[in-house]
Amino acid sequence: MEAFNKITSAVAALDRVNVDTDQIIPAQYLKLITKTGFGPYLFDSWRYGPDRAPKPDFELNRPGYENARILVSGRNFGSGSSREHAVWALVDYGFRVVIAPKFADIFHKNCFENGLVPVIVSDDVLEQIMIRAKEQPGWALTVDLEAERLDDGAGFSAPFVVHEDPETHAFRRYTLLNGLDEIGLTLRHEADIARFEAARSR
Amino acid sequence: MAPRTMFQKIWDAHVVRQEPGQPATLYVDLHLVHEVTSPQAFDGLRLNNRKVRRTDLTIAVADHNVPTDDRSGGNVVLEDAVSAAQLDALARNTAEFDIEYYDMYSPNQGIVHVIAPEQGRTQPGMIVVCGDSHTSTHGAFGAIAMPIGTSQVEHVLATQCLSQSPLKTMEIRVEGALPTGVSAKDLILGVIARIGVDGAQGYAVEYTGEAIRSLSMEGRMTLCNMSIEAGARVGMVAPDETTFAYLKGRPHAPQGDEWDAAVERWRQLPSDPDAEYDSVLIIDAAEMAPYVTWGTNPGMAVPVTDAVPSPSDFAEQQDRDAASRALEYMGLEARTPITGIALDRVFIGSCTNSRLEDLRAAAAVAKGRRVHPDVYAMVVPGSTQTKLLAEAEGLDAVFREAGFDWREAGCSMCLGMNPDVLQPGERCASTSNRNFEGRQGKGGRTHLVSPAMAAAAAVAGRFVDVREWE
Repeated sequence: MEAFNKITSAVAALDRVNVDTDQIIPAQYLKLITKTGFGPYLFDSWRYGPDRAPKPDFELNRPGYENARILVSGRNFGSGSSREHAVWALVDYGFRVVIAPKFADIFHKNCFENGLVPVIVSDDVLEQIMIRAKEQPGWALTVDLEAERLDDGAGFSAPFVVHEDPETHAFRRYTLLNGLDEIGLTLRHEADIARFEAARSR
Repeated sequence: MAPRTMFQKIWDAHVVRQEPGQPATLYVDLHLVHEVTSPQAFDGLRLNNRKVRRTDLTIAVADHNVPTDDRSGGNVVLEDAVSAAQLDALARNTAEFDIEYYDMYSPNQGIVHVIAPEQGRTQPGMIVVCGDSHTSTHGAFGAIAMPIGTSQVEHVLATQCLSQSPLKTMEIRVEGALPTGVSAKDLILGVIARIGVDGAQGYAVEYTGEAIRSLSMEGRMTLCNMSIEAGARVGMVAPDETTFAYLKGRPHAPQGDEWDAAVERWRQLPSDPDAEYDSVLIIDAAEMAPYVTWGTNPGMAVPVTDAVPSPSDFAEQQDRDAASRALEYMGLEARTPITGIALDRVFIGSCTNSRLEDLRAAAAVAKGRRVHPDVYAMVVPGSTQTKLLAEAEGLDAVFREAGFDWREAGCSMCLGMNPDVLQPGERCASTSNRNFEGRQGKGGRTHLVSPAMAAAAAVAGRFVDVREWE
């Protein structure tokens, strides 16, 4: 997994609540058996017209958002299906950060597994980011995970967490900063697993 | 010892390792695998030269992609090459890693959340995981059943453990008795309508109260199944005599002396009387009615006697925007009575409502009636075993005589991954779990309802209050 420290990028605004994973990647595109190649189908139904021409009124197709690596959206982002393909599609498209006031649980966990940084901010901070990203397409923001801060270098600055629970935030921040694979972490404790299994079978 | 909730008791019994400030390492008793969320996990094992730690605690089944046309010839040709590749990958991966696999012709095949309980594999006190958000279904037995992503599927395959931070607990207590004609599906739709699609986010929900105790196992599975539609990864119901009666004699349930010992253990699982939940919601069952969704998430639901709301009914701007978009997508005018909505399709099936009791409820309404000429209605049993049981009691004949299409088991039209899909603009009454945009096929319009409500809608060609028919 790619480690994350900080990035500076344009912010694409998707000002909707409850964006579900069926919209992020519709089911007909879940059939690939790789983790890559999902980017072209990200938000497929919203993004393209019947002839697969980009819909000009869909948020991500706005001029100024082309190279955005940060996405900002409303509460309960990633609700619905557990499909990790939703995270793979966001990453394959080029996003490294999603900002929202609240993430759906499974999506949230899937982010950590793939180095997509789920930035949680207050409703107030979200509104400030949303307004800037919508009114000034191409507005750039720095997401600094080491410092746990957002900053646009022009007066906007705010703290963030990657999880509401302080301990989990600290742990996840550490694994994201170091690009750590959770399977490797667990397998270091193989002896504990074996002991648990032996105790059970008695 | 301090009083504990059922969730806490099961959690405590599965902790392999816990370090301060880190997620717990929990042991998994049952890992269910299907073709959509597993290929990349098996690839990961191969890349790292890892094995499946406990093949005996892992089973795999083909469900999401399988066509539901007649499969009795054993020679189904999948027109979609990508679907075929995904099913081939599961067959190959389960053979290579030595995992028991039910392909689409197996008598044990069916939707993953239908077959595990049916075979007696899902048991009280277990931790069950699956790469599917409706894994919460299995919590109906008094288990912690959690949906996981593909990376976690790989993690469980390699370690038989789950790395998990604690969840908060929420009690949803449903007092009193559900009125006649109001099912577990209506209850959960009513709960989600009340608390919202993120109302239980971060929680493990335990459903308690008289109305829950009166539900059959099928009803409890429907209820727990849709917990995720309120944002909860875990929904659970304490095991009781209903649970034990359902499990007894099933192929993978404990037998003989082991059965008695198991029941003794299971009786210790319910939450202690003084256990505290982080949140409590009390619902009066008498207030529940048959629900119909009007919008594009499961929380956008009203009683069948109501009308489609107007965006102006909502207090917050973002909810007004969401309602406007939903009405446009659904092709509905505000204030249209729900019973004035005409339908093109009816789907009875999915891991929410495809078990024998669901099929009986729908058949009781369909019996002696005819599907409306403008409607194409299909019934898709949740498993091949359910199909056989339904046929043994003549339910297939009831449906066929009424003009329903009686099909083979699978996920079918719950999600657009197999040939069963809506065409753009088609409107469907569905017993499934999600009415998201495009969920049943691009441009399709989904209304979620109970099996009895779906059958009645098929006959009337529009929504009707099934209570008036009983």
